Parts: sequence; structure tokens; C-alpha cells
Amino acid sequence: MANIIELKNINKIYGEKIKTQVLYDINISFEANSFNSIIGESGSGKSTLLNIIGTLDKPTSGELYIEDKRTDTMNKLELSILRNKTIGFIFQFHYLLPEFTAKENVLMPHKIHSYHVPKEVDEWADELLNFVGLSKVKNNKATNMSGGQQQRTAIARALINKPKIILADEPTGNLDSETTENVYSILRNINKKFNTTFIIITHDQRIAEKTDRIVQVKDGRINLDLRK
Amino acid sequence: MRLAFEIALRFLKSGKGQTLLIALGISVGVAVQIFIGSLIQGLQISLVDTTIGSSSQITITSESDDKTIKDWKRTVYEAQISSPEIINVSPSLDGPASIDYENDTASVIIRGFILEDADKIYKFKNNLYQGQFPKNRGEAIIGKELAVKSGTEVGDNIALLTTRGNVITLKITGLFDLKVSSINDSWVVTDLKTAEDIFPTEGVTSVEMQVKDVFLADEISRQVAYTVSENNLKVDNWKDLNQSLLSGLNGQSISSYMIQIFVLVSVLLGISSVLAISVVQRSKQIGILKAMGIQDKDASLIFVFQGLMLGILGAILGICLGIGLLLMFTKFALNPDGSPVVPIYINYGFIALSGMFAVVTASTASLIPARITSKLNPIEVIKNG
Ligand SMILES: Nc1ncnc2c1ncn2[C@@H]1O[C@H](COP(=O)(O)OP(=O)(O)OP(=O)(O)O)[C@@H](O)[C@H]1O
Ligand SMILES: [Mg+2]
Repeated sequence: MANIIELKNINKIYGEKIKTQVLYDINISFEANSFNSIIGESGSGKSTLLNIIGTLDKPTSGELYIEDKRTDTMNKLELSILRNKTIGFIFQFHYLLPEFTAKENVLMPHKIHSYHVPKEVDEWADELLNFVGLSKVKNNKATNMSGGQQQRTAIARALINKPKIILADEPTGNLDSETTENVYSILRNINKKFNTTFIIITHDQRIAEKTDRIVQVKDGRINLDLRK
Repeated sequence: MRLAFEIALRFLKSGKGQTLLIALGISVGVAVQIFIGSLIQGLQISLVDTTIGSSSQITITSESDDKTIKDWKRTVYEAQISSPEIINVSPSLDGPASIDYENDTASVIIRGFILEDADKIYKFKNNLYQGQFPKNRGEAIIGKELAVKSGTEVGDNIALLTTRGNVITLKITGLFDLKVSSINDSWVVTDLKTAEDIFPTEGVTSVEMQVKDVFLADEISRQVAYTVSENNLKVDNWKDLNQSLLSGLNGQSISSYMIQIFVLVSVLLGISSVLAISVVQRSKQIGILKAMGIQDKDASLIFVFQGLMLGILGAILGICLGIGLLLMFTKFALNPDGSPVVPIYINYGFIALSGMFAVVTASTASLIPARITSKLNPIEVIKNG
């Protein structure tokens, strides 16, 4: 399988005067359609790594390729288009827009690139909401939903533009174990059904074991890289 | 672009209290502006009206030796056609005389008018408090002060001594009060034919007229001067003769503008600070929108649209409030005779302009928050929860 994401000698140093190096010479690639997890202790640099992959953060040095295109040299406009089309994010704290309903939130990434919502996109949004089990509450404002429902809305939103990559930073961090299982099975199903590449940060050993590949980060370095 | 508008609208709707407060702030500013502006304009118009409303605003006189305009009919015609702004053209033949009474004499000015024309300028008819308008040759009306001091009553004959030494008798048919003591005190108003009998000259001594917009009198008087063909004519206008009144009016206008500018500035500061706060409040939303790929300019537009909508809302509310205030003052604060206590001039052009200024101000105020938005880095929001 071809690599969809490739990191070459990625370093990340925070701070101007007091420099803290968070990532050291990271070299790693991820195959298209794969389902990966990143584990590691708190403060090891997992989120930093994921944010760099998602082009939200810039590496201090090194090269990042997404679909064979170098992204660390792109300007803000090119990056925003890339993020909108190619990458779906699921953050730990669901980050819905509280002023909008669940369905409006799901449609937001589509509206960002074209305001008009054609019938098939509208139906796709309904299908996604149905898929994550939210048909009943899709017209609720984000603030009128439970944490798990908001997180599932965020998953549906990450999928609306049919991105090739989904990056998730502890997507179930604040959910109970049953809901956690539920969310993971949804992500797994999406991976199978739509051939989406997943990179998921998790603390949950049991969840990590269910993924195709486990990458362990320790003190800013790749410590372990296990494939099934 | 349309998404930015939709998000802006949603942000405003979800913060109804805040939205209403800003809109109210803007509307108070607009209302104050409209009220003060209309009041000052009203005061100025009423001042100008009492000062020059019932007098000649452009006057043609002759600088020839005998000070008369020979072909006055032609001059009247030329004045009329020189500008569409000109109204109420009235020729007059004037001359000095003195009047004897009891044991004193008073000098007067005999003014021979085409009475119907002159009345349009001076409004004698409306201000006759006794008797009637002269109908025949040899009849005249005089002002209140002159009547009182000479003991003249309607129906009396007065004897006038001209500078040539002739004595003329005129029959007084009415008494007027123009509320200007210099006129009430000295004018003997009669018709042109009678004046021609008294002063055996050819022509008239002046041609007087008014203009539709009194503040254009100086420009129009230049057109009149250009058009009239007789030699040695001189054209004066009220503006050139009343520089001190004009500079007083100017000072008033400037202080009115200053007030209005300060109102605008405070509105500007108010909106921009509230919008800046709302950027901070919405930084999470902006961060997530940027992570999802919204472009910086669209993210900024959200706040520009908010400013624009707040401005429009505030302007509409402010115009309603301002007009309401004005109507209250013109309808309810009345003198016993029914005229408003404060003269107010409702100028819809000015009101629309005030509203537009508010919209422009509010949009300008949104540029600061728009800039903050454009610089916001999504990673800050995502990392800090
Ligand atoms: N802006 C910053 N300036 C300085 N140091 C930073 C900054 N942001 C992050 N760090 C440091 O970088 C290191 C890695 O942070 P990161 O958020 O990637 O950890 P993590 O592995 O995601 O931890 P967690 O599991 O707790 O989320 C931490 O030690 C953190 O203190
Ligand atoms: Mg983290």
C-alpha cells in the first residue's frame, strides 16, 4: 500500500529564549486506508505530532508530505484548502459550534468550501448522523446534547467532505467505557466502508490493541512501532 | 462569504442581549445626532427667516448720477430670467421726506411699490393691524411707531415735506407692524404711481427680490449682475451685507459638527470594544472553523458582517428614536399660539445621512476585531481547550 502521510526528520522546538524540544527527528509514514493508534505517556509529544500531521502546527524543521505533496512549505490559504478537503479532525473536546444544530455542524466543512448544499450532500449528512446514531437529535443545538452525542456529531462532521485522512486526539477521553467502545466501532466501520486512513491518539490500552498498528511515543521519539 | 454572513447572523442571534445592547448604543448615538442636527438647523433657519425672510435678499440699485434705474421694466424682466431661483421681484421708487407733527418733525422714507409685488417680500397685508391696503392714488400705509409718535390714525391725512420743498398730502388707509422698528418708524408705503407724482423722475431707485435658497443669494446675485444690461447697476445681496450674522451661524454649525463627531467617535469605540470582546468569546468557534479550513478573510468577514448588521439595526432604531423625539418636540412642546417652542427642521436627507454614517462607523469599528480574527491561530484554541 502507498503511503498517504510521510514525515521526514521532523523536529519541534517550543519557545524562543527557553527552548524545549518536544519532538526529535521523527521519521514515520502511514499507509492509505490504515487504522493506526498513537500511545504514550502524558507530555510525550503525541498531540504535538498529530497537530503537525494535521498542518495545524508547523514543525521547526523537517518535511511533511500528504498525498505526496509537501505541506510544510505551503501558505495559509493552501493549507486551509488542504485541511478542508483532505483531513477530518476529531478533537478531545468535541468543539462543535454551540450556535448551530447538530446537522448544521455536520454540514459546516462542506459549506466552508461551497455554501450551496446539494441534495446528495444533505442526504449524506443524514446518513452520517444515522450512522453515528443521532437521527433523533440532529436538529438539537450542540449545547442540548450529551457529551457522547456531541463527540459522535464531531465524528460525522469529520466525514462530511469524505476526507482521505481522519486525525483523532483522544476522541473518547471523557466518555464512559461503553460509549468509548461504541465510538471505536463506528470509527472502525468508517475505515472499512470508506477506506479512510485513521490516526488515533489514545490512552486506552484495549482500544490500541484493536488497531492495525500501534506507535508509541516516548520523550519525543518513536519508541515502539507494532504492526499486526 | 455567504457562510460568513450566516455565521455572523447566528452569532448575533445567539447573543441577543449583547446584540440589543450594542444596537441600542448605536441608536442612541444616531438619535442624539439627528436631534441636535435638526435642532441647530431649525434654529438657524428660524434665525435667518426672522432676519432676512421678509426683506430683500438681492437688491439692484443704480450708481448713475441720479441714482435711478431708467429702464426698470427691462431690469425686472432680466432679473426674473437670470436664475430659476429668483422669486418675488419688486421695483420701488424711494425718496426721503419729513413729516411734521405737533411740535416735532421726523424724517421718513417714501417707498413707492407695485404693492402686490412688494407684499410678497414684506407681507404688509398679513401685518396690517388696522385699516386696509391702499387702493387709490394718494393713499399710503405707515408703521406702528410712526403712527404712535405722530398721532396718526386710519383715515387721517398726513403732510409730507420733500427735499425739494414741496408739501404732499397722503391719506393713511392702514397701519402695519412688521416687528422691525426701523421700518415701523420710517416707512411710508404707497404705490409706484403716487411715488412718481411725488418724485418726478424717470424709472425706479431699486429692484428688490428674494431667492428660494437664501444661502445661495451671493451666487445668484452674481448671475443677476451678469444678466442685467443697463449701465452702472449695482447688485447687493444679504450675505455680503451680513457677514457677522453669517459667521455666527458658521460657529453654530461648527459646534454642531463637533458634537456629532464626538458622538460618532464614542459609538465607534463602543462597538469596536464590544466586538473585540466577542472575538475573544468566540475564539473557540473561530479556531475550530479555521481547523476545518475556513479562510482567514472569510473568518474576518464574520465580524465585518456583524458590525454591518449592528450598524444597520442601530441606524434604523436610532432614526425611529430620533424622529420620535423630533415629533414629540414639534407636536407637544407648543407655544400658546400653536407654534413649536423649539424650532425644529426635519431634513430627511440629513437623517438618512446620519443613519448611513452609523452604518459606516459600525463597519469601520469591526475592522479591529476582524484583524484579530484573521491573526488567530487555531492551534492555540485546540491546545488550550
Ligand atoms: N507552547 C508550548 N511551549 C512550550 N512547551 C510546550 C508547548 N506546547 C506543548 N509543550 C510541551 O510539549 C510537550 C508535549 O506536549 P503534547 O501536548 O504533545 O503532549 P501529549 O503527549 O499530547 O500529552 P497528553 O497525553 O497529556 O495530551 C509537553 O511537555 C508540553 O509541556
Ligand atoms: Mg495530548
